[in-house]
Amino acid sequence: MLLTVRDLTKTFPGTLALDNVRLDLAAGEVHALLGENGAGKSTLIKCLTGVHARDSGHIELDGQPISPTSTHDAQELGIGTVYQEVNLLPNLTVAENLTFGRQPTRLGLVSGRRMRADAEEMLAGYGLDQVNVSRELGSYSVAVQQIVAIARAVALSGKVLILDEPTASLDARETETLFKVVRDLRERGLGIIFISHFLDQVFSLSDRLTVLRNGRHIVTEKTPETNRVELIHHMLGHELVAAEHRHAARKGGANLLSFKGVGRRGKIEPFDLDVRAGEVIGLAGLLGSGRTETADVLFGRTPADQGEATDDAGKLNLSTPRTAIAEGFGYAPEDRKTDGIVADLSVRENIALAFQARRGWANPIPQAEQKRLAEDYIRKLDIRTSSAEKAVGDLSGGNQQKVVLARWLAMNPRFLILDEPTRGIDVGAHAEILKLIGELTDQGMSILLISSEFDELIAASDRIIVVRDRHHVSQLVGEEIDTDRIINAIAARDDAERAMS
Amino acid sequence: MTPRLRRLAPQLLTLIAVIALVTAYFPSFLSVELSDGRLVGSAIDVLKRGAPVALLAVGMTLVIATRGIDLSVGAVMAICGAASAWAITSGYGLAPALAIGLGAGVLCGLWNGLLVAVFGIQPIVATLILMVGGRGIAQMITEGRILTFSHEGFAFFGAGNVLAVPTPIVIWICTGIAFGLLVRRTALGLLIESIGINRPASALAGVNARVLLIAVYVASGLCAAIAGIIVTADIRGADANNVGLWLELDAILAVVIGGTSLLGGRFSIAASLLGALIIQTIDTGILLAGFPSEFNLVIKAGLVVVILVLQSPKLSPQLSRRLKRARGTGAPRDPKEATE
Repeated sequence: MLLTVRDLTKTFPGTLALDNVRLDLAAGEVHALLGENGAGKSTLIKCLTGVHARDSGHIELDGQPISPTSTHDAQELGIGTVYQEVNLLPNLTVAENLTFGRQPTRLGLVSGRRMRADAEEMLAGYGLDQVNVSRELGSYSVAVQQIVAIARAVALSGKVLILDEPTASLDARETETLFKVVRDLRERGLGIIFISHFLDQVFSLSDRLTVLRNGRHIVTEKTPETNRVELIHHMLGHELVAAEHRHAARKGGANLLSFKGVGRRGKIEPFDLDVRAGEVIGLAGLLGSGRTETADVLFGRTPADQGEATDDAGKLNLSTPRTAIAEGFGYAPEDRKTDGIVADLSVRENIALAFQARRGWANPIPQAEQKRLAEDYIRKLDIRTSSAEKAVGDLSGGNQQKVVLARWLAMNPRFLILDEPTRGIDVGAHAEILKLIGELTDQGMSILLISSEFDELIAASDRIIVVRDRHHVSQLVGEEIDTDRIINAIAARDDAERAMS
Repeated sequence: MTPRLRRLAPQLLTLIAVIALVTAYFPSFLSVELSDGRLVGSAIDVLKRGAPVALLAVGMTLVIATRGIDLSVGAVMAICGAASAWAITSGYGLAPALAIGLGAGVLCGLWNGLLVAVFGIQPIVATLILMVGGRGIAQMITEGRILTFSHEGFAFFGAGNVLAVPTPIVIWICTGIAFGLLVRRTALGLLIESIGINRPASALAGVNARVLLIAVYVASGLCAAIAGIIVTADIRGADANNVGLWLELDAILAVVIGGTSLLGGRFSIAASLLGALIIQTIDTGILLAGFPSEFNLVIKAGLVVVILVLQSPKLSPQLSRRLKRARGTGAPRDPKEATE
């Protein structure tokens, strides 16, 4: 074995991030590392590359025990890493990036000619003949930048190459180019750890795979000997509780909105979606599969570059959040700290914010009205705060989420998008938010619910759309909705896919 | 009313302390007399001479609240002063001259706003362009000379009196009140704070960040124009080289002393105005106290450091926490804490 990890344990205050994890990597192997968010993949990588010091356990490289203390140290030992976000300097030339930190010098000065020659030598064999090493790295596509980053990592380290979601921002053709490079490197005898959320890519590229969950090693298998369904069960660790379906799919409810061929290049492939009044549409899929991307396109945050959205009255303008709000849309985003709450503003101001923005600056909501609105929702949603004037940043996560919900409920939208509305909140608040979803749809509001928790989707949704690899691949309605079917749809590859409508 | 008073308490206390310090050295600092139908005295002098920084601080407060900064205000003062002086000397009359001066300020603000809000250039860089180039524009308008004029109507804005009070004092107080009412009686204040604290979240809530950003830079340009007209009117001439020189730094300092964080968010125009008065009291006080003039800058810097350290959350975490609780709002947060 080229790289052997045994009993690796790492704790952070309050969490056991890695619990006796093991990993074996052979030379000439692509080894996929799988797991949902928080499974411990990043922590494991960071322990290997010297970003974190491990609490206990052994790491051996070529039979020698190692304890890298920094990324530089790890590089010297032979472990190089390439991240999803290229961590090179786009404003330097390709040659400068490749030789950065060890530029060839002549009489104490950097020798441009030798630097370019070195760089060209490093890039040889990567199929980047059209790349001019004297040009700025940033002038090339992300795919080329990725390959340059790989070339640099291989030249510096040369034994183990860690690819952390390298394809997340690449399109299909670029991904194929990158894979060709990875396969060539495998032939050259490197050990490659490949992290990706795209199962198709894992199956097409990797020789073996290891699944982590909650900081534990779950399984290591030869890739051809496993299948998607098994893999997803391993990753999600489903104690398959038969979740109770909220209500049978409604037949009533007039068609409210129609999206035809809506999509955005590099984000989500074009999809059709009809929304009926008062229904909950669940969106299921693995992380990075196109769930949040769908929401962003619908709300104009990253506006669609194709397709059109209509309602009874005609075409909808969804080019920015402002116009989407004007069309009666609302969106409680996934990352509530960075995209949801305005931390230093009070509960009252946060609740009034969208309503105020809609009314315009010259038409302020009177203080008394704001107070009434805030008190109203603090009571209705049971927001735990000592006063409406408390800064939202001082509330707990679940209460912050309720404040964001209150902001949209105050607008009375006809179509509300909820991206992971229950993530990171306690069980009590969890149940309350699900109950609220039911009440809102009873009043005629339509909701798009995005969630990683299948139980939650099953409990709340009238139908569930499954997304995989940036495609809307399948729809489950009424009786069809259960965990196994969702997992099968996520896992399915070229199986006959259900028509979308 | 009490929460607002509590918000202003540190600045008020500081101002009182600085005045007490100056009075200790120069006992007649606070005495004001009526002579020739106008008020005279050191305190009145502070209020009058503080007008440019106070005016700049009004606009700067709004810009800083959006997490920006406007380095160009000193140069904009020079441009606007030169433009209105040019209009007066060219015989355009009072109203057109004022309109040209104020219009130039609005244009300058629009330029800054476009660079920041539309092209996404960092505010410090975007406004640095006009800080450097603007003084050149002013010099071109005055053709490199000091453009003097004698026009009593125009000079009134710098040297005249309204009911015995020097005009500049009336102007800055009125401007401060006008902007204060504008942002607090409409929703502008809330929306500006909101984009300053969290622009992505505000944009998702439908706040039009782009238009608001342009608006605050225009407001800053307008305030700088008023300041430029006052200074030009006072000396009855446009001095492109020296009008408003380094005043952008005093204005930023006034805002900071006023407790508005450079990280954006919660702001108070009244507190910034108190900050401007604190700075001017220090400036004038050092002169009155009879220190040799070469000591001025060092003493000023020393006092400012003391004030800022006393206000810093590191030194008095309990004090600032108490204030925060009293306001019921977040004090400028440690970014780490905000993202947890």
